[in-house]
Amino acid sequence: MSVQEYFSLVFTDYTLRTITLGTAILGIVCGMLGSFAVLRKQSLLGDAISHAALPGIVIAFLITGAKNSNTLLVGALISGLIGTFWIKGIITKTHLKSDTALGLILSLFFGFGMLLLTFVQKMPNAQQAGLDKYLFGQAATLVESDVWLMGGVMLIALVVLVVFWKEFKLQHFDADYTKSLGFNTRFLDVVMTALIVLSIVIGLQTVGVVLMSAMLLAPAAAARQWTNNLAVMIFLAAVFGALSGIFGTAISATSNNLSTGPVIVLIAAFFVVVSFIFSPGRGLLFKQIRQWKNRNDLQLHKTLHFMYEIAKTHQDISHPHAVKILNNFQGYTKNSLKSLADREYITVDGPMWSLTPKGYEKAINLYNQQDNLLND
Amino acid sequence: MTSAQIEIQLIACIVAIACAIPGAFLVLRKMAMISDAISHSILPGIVIGFFLTEDLNSPWLILLAALSGIITVVMVEYIQKTGLVKEDTAIGLVFPALFSIGVILIAKNAGDVHLDVDAVLLGELAFAPFDRLLIGGTDVGPKSLWVIGTILLITLGLLISFFKELKISTFDKQLAATLGFSPVLMHYGLMSIASVTTVGAFDAVGAILVVALMIAPPAMAYLLIKDLKKMLVLACIFGVIAALAGYWMAHWLDASIAGSITTVLGMLFLIIYLFAPNSGLISVLHRQKRQKIEVHLLTFLLHLQNHQEKSERHINHLNEHINWHKVRATSVVDLALKNNMITIDDHIISLTEKGRIFTTEAINYIITNKSAAIEDMKERFFLFRG
Repeated sequence: MSVQEYFSLVFTDYTLRTITLGTAILGIVCGMLGSFAVLRKQSLLGDAISHAALPGIVIAFLITGAKNSNTLLVGALISGLIGTFWIKGIITKTHLKSDTALGLILSLFFGFGMLLLTFVQKMPNAQQAGLDKYLFGQAATLVESDVWLMGGVMLIALVVLVVFWKEFKLQHFDADYTKSLGFNTRFLDVVMTALIVLSIVIGLQTVGVVLMSAMLLAPAAAARQWTNNLAVMIFLAAVFGALSGIFGTAISATSNNLSTGPVIVLIAAFFVVVSFIFSPGRGLLFKQIRQWKNRNDLQLHKTLHFMYEIAKTHQDISHPHAVKILNNFQGYTKNSLKSLADREYITVDGPMWSLTPKGYEKAINLYNQQDNLLND
Repeated sequence: MTSAQIEIQLIACIVAIACAIPGAFLVLRKMAMISDAISHSILPGIVIGFFLTEDLNSPWLILLAALSGIITVVMVEYIQKTGLVKEDTAIGLVFPALFSIGVILIAKNAGDVHLDVDAVLLGELAFAPFDRLLIGGTDVGPKSLWVIGTILLITLGLLISFFKELKISTFDKQLAATLGFSPVLMHYGLMSIASVTTVGAFDAVGAILVVALMIAPPAMAYLLIKDLKKMLVLACIFGVIAALAGYWMAHWLDASIAGSITTVLGMLFLIIYLFAPNSGLISVLHRQKRQKIEVHLLTFLLHLQNHQEKSERHINHLNEHINWHKVRATSVVDLALKNNMITIDDHIISLTEKGRIFTTEAINYIITNKSAAIEDMKERFFLFRG
């Protein structure tokens, strides 16, 4: 099946439609909420939570005995929340730093989950095989009810974001100010954390424990490069997330032996790399170009100043001088002479150059700006 | 105990010690999550190494995988340096991408690779004794024991020879740089050791347990002790205890050894988190409560000192004047009475001489901003703490 075939089939084929819709919606949710995680410097919280959800899933299975994905999700949600609040407890109450707290909860919860899992697998119960899919995710097992659930979560996240928009925005950029205005920052914190945990939990089934954190971060990190406006960033992150979901599903569906989760993550990583390099404001490429341009300008200024030093010893500032005398000066090249002429700072006549009044004026003020500032 | 059981426990203990040493420095350098990143991103290195060598215990595979761990660190640092995203985001972006590449590589070559992602992440210690190292036909022990033992010896050698440099560059980078030790060299040295240890241990205990063994024992030791040498020793002891207890728990429950070692670590951490003297949750909460009531006491004494008029000092009016609830007011007045700072005459509270001196000294400390010294002062004046 080729990618074109895939896109023609996506609207008619039940499985493809379900999976594509599911991953796209997941991308949107993760993009929106991931923006907050990235801005709150809680990027790795996603990684910790997704690992911390494992014991909850297994315990939920042990209690109910059913492989119903909704029951397991509730277990994952509870254990993810416990993990998150324990992390906060470690950071605020002891001198261990956030990275240690995250690593501790991540590995300890996951290890405990593994213990329970091997325990479950040894029980004479035929149903437990499906639990493994939460480790690495299997988008192929998505059914329509899962998509409805994701849609529901997306709706909840949207409503909460719209209702508390002003509060969230304020809190993320100036938490102390928010507190002093009388907003309940602890409540806002809990709401946002719960939303992030919820989005991670619904994503576990699709992309798995390990890759969930990238799902949360990558679209947001890519979107951050294109804008400084929070609303635009969230929108862009949602778009990037959705596109990663759709293209990831398309690519993995059209070739054998490619699980969806890793492909989605690689597509998202591709968006990040492109954004890092090509975004006009912050991107590495344009930053480099700006740097070159500045360096060139500096060289030109040096040459101009050198010319000014020569010209000011003459009564007629436009008295022609030989190009040759510039030769023992570093900033001089044919190109720099030409660009100075283009800017009408000098005129070049054969082997001679002369400063124009405009160039003279420019050169006088070239290094005066600092002095002016100091004199003020 | 069979010899296989002894070997498993020996491997587990050596892995625990080998992980605790670099882990302690990672925790102190606030880079604990790097170990998580490394443990995941060695996957592509392992897969490529496996294509080339076809042997999970080959030294080349270990070097290649460790190299991909170091590449992760370099990439994370490059992204951090561009300033495009915050530092932790850089970690979160790099390792899932590398891990994905590893998973796809395995999936694409499923036919040729006898390698399971589960195995890399979770490991199976129980099978470690079956893979023997044969030298000239004689059995000299399980391969993973030799691998991790060599790594531990190298780590110990480096630790002893560079202890001073590591210590200084961990706690004071600028000082280390001025003294002429290169902090960059120390940093990459540590990262390389962490990578090599992770790779050497993954096959026995799995990547996740490596993270647990690197972070949890040093974190526990750090909650109990502030001396680097003692912390290292304590971390190793915690690691070994968890390894042995975990093994027997797994034996008893018939469950995954890696999982039960982590669970033991988790339980140990929970106990220390709650009960550690000075840094544990209970002692922190207790201290915060005490400080709170002592600040109230000081406020109360200041109020008394500033007001000579009787209406301000009447016991029934305190609630209105300082705006305290009844319970709090009672406990503060009780504390002041117990410490002989006030006397109550016919419902009028007045400061005693001792209370007056304490209040004056305390306010001097606060004004001159030497708040650290106030603890000594409290020691001198208080008979009973709040």
